[in-house]
Amino acid sequence: MSPHLQVWRWHVTMLTSILHRVTGVGLYLAGLIAAVWAIALAGGADSYSLFLVVMASWFGKLIFAGMSLSLFFHLGNGVRHIIWDFGHGLSKEDASASSFAVLGFAIAATGAVWAIAFMMGLL
Amino acid sequence: MSFRTPLSQARGLGSAKHGVGHWLSERVAAVALVPLVLWAVYSVLRLAQLDYFGATEWIADPINATLMILTITVSFMHMHSGMRVIIEDYVYSHLGKATCLLLSLFITGLAGALAIMSILKVALGGA
Repeated sequence: MSPHLQVWRWHVTMLTSILHRVTGVGLYLAGLIAAVWAIALAGGADSYSLFLVVMASWFGKLIFAGMSLSLFFHLGNGVRHIIWDFGHGLSKEDASASSFAVLGFAIAATGAVWAIAFMMGLL
Repeated sequence: MSFRTPLSQARGLGSAKHGVGHWLSERVAAVALVPLVLWAVYSVLRLAQLDYFGATEWIADPINATLMILTITVSFMHMHSGMRVIIEDYVYSHLGKATCLLLSLFITGLAGALAIMSILKVALGGA
């Protein structure tokens, strides 16, 4: 365990840093679910119907909620990383501000997609 | 047998000249995934409206099949390179690290290949 976790005051950049990893692992599982989707589709009508039933259940919706939130956080924070790689936004103030911006984006984008899904009558 | 420390052996040799490869390929995949993943979100919403026959028709469109295969391919490359960094950070033992890295490579390789073959099968009308 890194000593900074015990002695440093909590900061939002810590949260977004570890969330990038956590959501990355989550999206690893999401990628495998996408593979299951393709395999179920190739398996025929029965296996695809089963996939749809599972993903439309409350458990499937919970997985979709986690996947969408993880996706938009990882996407936003990934763009933040790319901007950092070009040498921009690396000051403490900028890094904190962009942490909040990415968290806000993830929540807003996830909310927007679920609102669209609701309006499409998918929920 | 050399009694020099590993650090003293390595000192002055410079870099191995391939250190930047993984870093760069991870970022190339990440940049490609920005548009692909936005398309994937749109596609999931679209596919959620369709049943089996609608989905096979949807994937038979060459644009959808191509973008889906690209999304899967680049995602799985990115999944592998991201998981590799996590394993290298948290698994300390040599054997454990090698096992986890191989496992992740095999999982992404197998699942990715299965997904692409499945998409091709349906897209080319074999379903």
